[in-house]
Amino acid sequence: MSVTAPPPEGPEDAGLDPAPGRGSTVATRLTTHVGVGGVVTPLLTTLLAFVVGGLVVLVTGHDPLSTYKAIFDGTGLNWLFPWTSGADRDTAAINLQQTLILTTPLILVGLAVAYAFRAGLFNIGGQGQYTVGAIIAVWVGSSFAGMPGALHIVLAVVLAALGGAAWAAIAGGLRATTGANEVITTIMLNYTALWIGVFLFGLGGPLQSDVQREVPVSNDIVQSAHLPVFWGDPELQGLHIGIFVALAAAVVFSVVLNRSTKGYEARAVGFNPDAARYGGISVGWTYVLVMGACGLFAGLAGAMDVLGWQFRVATNDVQVSQIGFLGIAVALLGRNTAIGTCLAALLFGALLQGTSVRNLDPSVFPPELAGNLTTIIQGLVVLIVSADVLVAWLVRVRLRRRADPDPPATSVAAT
Amino acid sequence: MADDHQHRESGAPAPDSQGGRAAPGAQAPAAAGSPALELRGITKAFGALKANDGVDFTLRRGEIHALLGENGAGKSTLMNVVYGMLTPDAGEIRVGGEVVRVGSPRRAMDLGIGMVFQHFMLIPVMTVAENVVLGSEPRRGGLLDQRGAEQRVQELSDRFGLAVDPSAVVEDITVGQQQRVEILRALDRGAEVLVLDEPTAVLTAQETAELVGVLRRLRDQGTSIVFISHKLREVLDVADRVTVLRRGRTVGTVETAGADEASLARLMVGREVLLRVDKQPSEPREPLLEVEDLHVTDDRGLHAVRGLSLTVRGGEIVAVAGVDGNGQSELIDAVAGLRAPTSGTVRVAGRELTGADARTVRSAGVGHIAEDRQRRGLVLDFSLAENLALRDYRESARFGLLRPGRMLARAKRLLQEFDVRGGDPGTPARSLSGGNQQKLVIAREIGGNPEVLIAAQPTRGLDVGAIEFVHRRLVAERDAGRAILLVSLELEEVRALADRILVVFEGRVVGELPPSASEEEIGLLMTGSGPGTVQAA
Repeated sequence: MSVTAPPPEGPEDAGLDPAPGRGSTVATRLTTHVGVGGVVTPLLTTLLAFVVGGLVVLVTGHDPLSTYKAIFDGTGLNWLFPWTSGADRDTAAINLQQTLILTTPLILVGLAVAYAFRAGLFNIGGQGQYTVGAIIAVWVGSSFAGMPGALHIVLAVVLAALGGAAWAAIAGGLRATTGANEVITTIMLNYTALWIGVFLFGLGGPLQSDVQREVPVSNDIVQSAHLPVFWGDPELQGLHIGIFVALAAAVVFSVVLNRSTKGYEARAVGFNPDAARYGGISVGWTYVLVMGACGLFAGLAGAMDVLGWQFRVATNDVQVSQIGFLGIAVALLGRNTAIGTCLAALLFGALLQGTSVRNLDPSVFPPELAGNLTTIIQGLVVLIVSADVLVAWLVRVRLRRRADPDPPATSVAAT
Repeated sequence: MADDHQHRESGAPAPDSQGGRAAPGAQAPAAAGSPALELRGITKAFGALKANDGVDFTLRRGEIHALLGENGAGKSTLMNVVYGMLTPDAGEIRVGGEVVRVGSPRRAMDLGIGMVFQHFMLIPVMTVAENVVLGSEPRRGGLLDQRGAEQRVQELSDRFGLAVDPSAVVEDITVGQQQRVEILRALDRGAEVLVLDEPTAVLTAQETAELVGVLRRLRDQGTSIVFISHKLREVLDVADRVTVLRRGRTVGTVETAGADEASLARLMVGREVLLRVDKQPSEPREPLLEVEDLHVTDDRGLHAVRGLSLTVRGGEIVAVAGVDGNGQSELIDAVAGLRAPTSGTVRVAGRELTGADARTVRSAGVGHIAEDRQRRGLVLDFSLAENLALRDYRESARFGLLRPGRMLARAKRLLQEFDVRGGDPGTPARSLSGGNQQKLVIAREIGGNPEVLIAAQPTRGLDVGAIEFVHRRLVAERDAGRAILLVSLELEEVRALADRILVVFEGRVVGELPPSASEEEIGLLMTGSGPGTVQAA
């Protein structure tokens, strides 16, 4: 330490606000990383959820490890291990196909929620947008019987996506013009879509089956409008190409959000609507476009399910489907990024599949309880993700302990 | 360590730098003579960065002691240490002669230390009395004793001469009054040491004057006050003594009697600072911004701008001076395309832009240094490069896709040209200091090569070094032929920069003055009571 006066022109303000991202210690860098969507927090979150879920299993008098092993085998992910062979391998393949069939719409509805989050909107309407997409897909798919297959599929998919987009854009438009909160309006639109579906496919409804007059279900879509199956037996619900559509959508999501002018506008509006407006961005129009994009993803999800493996929609399907809400958990866990959403969708898809009644060995864990286990883990994930500040904090404290043997008390950011 | 500081302090050019040193000796009788608050060798690092590096500070009883320093000099960190929000890595805190550990704000309150933050911590929908007593509410039968609370606040308000209406709802009262509520709350907790973090940053000139009166009364009744600021004049005006911090270290403590702005600025920045703006007489060219008979309403639908006309020519700086709330913000918004005027016209370089949206106005050649860089001027979570692109991301895009390479190159160029420090193009704007954030806004707006530049409070919250930079740059842009409309509440700035001064009162231009006009002349017009001078063209 010198006694001479400091040099006249130093680095002006080396920025003494303890803002994140300034320092170069591992802890601060990691915090920044986590803050912008790193992988540590989601991983810890998931781990924690599984640990608590395991405790629940333990309390019910079963062995958590063998339960998780059985669930894992039920997901078909053991297919990825080269040592799985013979009949096990065939079963695993079928299970994995089912997991990926479930993953497909989860990716899409996850993106539908994530895109809105990035623009500062909370899209709870994934469910309604999905339903609208499914309705349109089943209507188009079951009509126009003479159409060439590829064209028929494209038409059904495009119209379903646009229908979802238009449905969601209503919420965006209301937000833009009247300031109505999109949380409220999308919830209301969910109910509206649900009851429209019940009306359309219900007994005597305009889209009710011509063949089964006493069942509240739609017509079957024509065979040529089925999405091609590329893995497994088409007769036994093999894996349809929808998974590639979902992955492509994730790529589009990422490019649009991070590289396009529309994505730039969406993020600017999400971070600071005042600054966006000042910069010349139309905030209201951005809300409409963003919600439209969300609905596009969710509507696509509905189309994939209908054209890929359901082939018909019953009023019951419309009423019990929770996929849009799962999308919220997927987006949260995936930290609103494309890759994160895909991985979170795979996790949730695998959980749903692995704990389904037909897959779990009843001698290890009663399958009728396993579904609840899935729900518990989902709930925990959402809970912990919402409290991810806590997890990030734990990580930071741990790292600081390691980096600094004599830690000061945790600091509260000044100003 | 202590030796070091002794050297540094006595090495400071100020005559009275030993002031702080006298304290330890006078400490023995722990009565009136001992300092109210004493900090010795406070060190606090954030990562590799030492925000406070062995800071010494002594607050005598019943004095107003200013803590002066540039943005990021460590003033707020030091006071957060005092208030128990941060734990120092080294050093000791003495209150009334006793060494204490302040672990939390609650402990600080118990020790008689009160803090008024720059951003008030009030609950807008509650009344003044409810806010003051919050945390130590008088109860009656488990319920809040409303009457008792109001009485308590009224007594306090009478005793210290801080006039407020205890039953008023906080969101309905002015910012100046809200600040009084904060002060009252601290006093209600028995604060003997009151720390005010940049208290005048949010106040109008009138409110500032009132605050100074309040602080003097509090001092005379025995409260010891720490007054954090980076405004030289204000510090000389209010404080009895000044301690200057520079880059986390104490550079000296001086009596304000005998100090002047230049000497304080030198201490603060570490070099000679040009407090006057050097500029040639303007050479006005053709009119670039013409506003005629403009009427604009504010958010509540009230008439804020009522028939205002002004013209700014290329190569001149026209300043709009006035008491805050006389239509300046609405005028700026209307010109910038952020608020549609109810009538009147706005023309930029001859092109009518009345009621056009912000994008049209911007592409017509209007730059706008926003009044509030954090709320409006920047997207704090965007990187510097993304922020610099906010004006023209569309022009540089191709097929609807941004071109990161171009954005990066442009950002590098602008960051260097405008001397924005503290980050590279990928750094989030949030982590820059206030001065550098402002430079970032200025870089973007001037970098867009506008014909008309609206500069709204361009130096608000900046330290002398940064103010010097901004002022020089504005003059340079004027000399380059741009038309600059300066809107500022700082008369000093208005007089230093403007070629013509338009005084607004209640939404109209009430007079035009040359920059040589005295502050008194301008001030008189600002209150609407001046002699009717020439109406602006």
